[in-house]
Amino acid sequence: MDLSLSTRTEGDRTIVKVGGEIDVYTAPKLREQLIDLVSSGAYHLVVDMEEVDFLDSTGLGVLVGGLKRVRAHEGSLRLVCTQERILKIFRITGLTKVFPIHSSVDEALSATD
Amino acid sequence: MATVELQFGALPLHVRTARLIAAAIARRVGVEESLMDEVKLAVGEACSRAVDVHAEHDPTQLVTVLFSDADDVFTISVLDAGPPLAQVADDDEGMRPSVGEMLSRVDADGGELDPAVRLPAGLGLALIEGLVDDVMITPRADGRGTRVQMSWPMVGALLLPEAAGGTGD
Repeated sequence: MDLSLSTRTEGDRTIVKVGGEIDVYTAPKLREQLIDLVSSGAYHLVVDMEEVDFLDSTGLGVLVGGLKRVRAHEGSLRLVCTQERILKIFRITGLTKVFPIHSSVDEALSATD
Repeated sequence: MATVELQFGALPLHVRTARLIAAAIARRVGVEESLMDEVKLAVGEACSRAVDVHAEHDPTQLVTVLFSDADDVFTISVLDAGPPLAQVADDDEGMRPSVGEMLSRVDADGGELDPAVRLPAGLGLALIEGLVDDVMITPRADGRGTRVQMSWPMVGALLLPEAAGGTGD
């Protein structure tokens, strides 16, 4: 399965819904999307990963890159993920301490730092 | 001797093919289903790394993946043809930066300069080592690159249809 991306806004938050496989081949598409959003002034991102089937280190790098981008504008990047197979990758790499990870989009939207 | 050997051109799009083949063979030889995500991620990381190495040093070379199921152990070896990396040749794992250190080097703007720029080499290896219990990363015997070898037990081998044949009749 290829990568699918869709975005919508709720107030000052932009939700990026990602589906399919984020790997070395598809991750550039996600990176491009995040860059476009930040360039257009969307600094508070919620990346919904509930429909992601596969995530590798390239995908992690894109998310970390996105986080650095929004932080440069005092923004935020929150993840929505309840899938154990994906959460495991964040745990192994220590990224659970870097990203706020929420169990639903609503929870991410209502979260404040 | 490898049961299955796969060679592919050093392009990111072939990495998914390698993952799917790895999962198909792992299932067939009886690796537990609960390990399948790990098998796919590990072989994907090893292949992504090999593709990166080839892209940098010799894009015409093929990446080689060997699958073997000897002695109730399923082994996948990913061989690249790049120069042996210093951090790989060095046997001391402590010399390698941690995953956190590597990720902290990801430049928020780096990706815009070159679409091929991905993560620091070594993050994939660190992830493999974090995931898989049985990993060996060594210079290739012929001196032409690096071999990433990963193994999983074939505990489900006895449940293969051939072995279980007739029990349901």
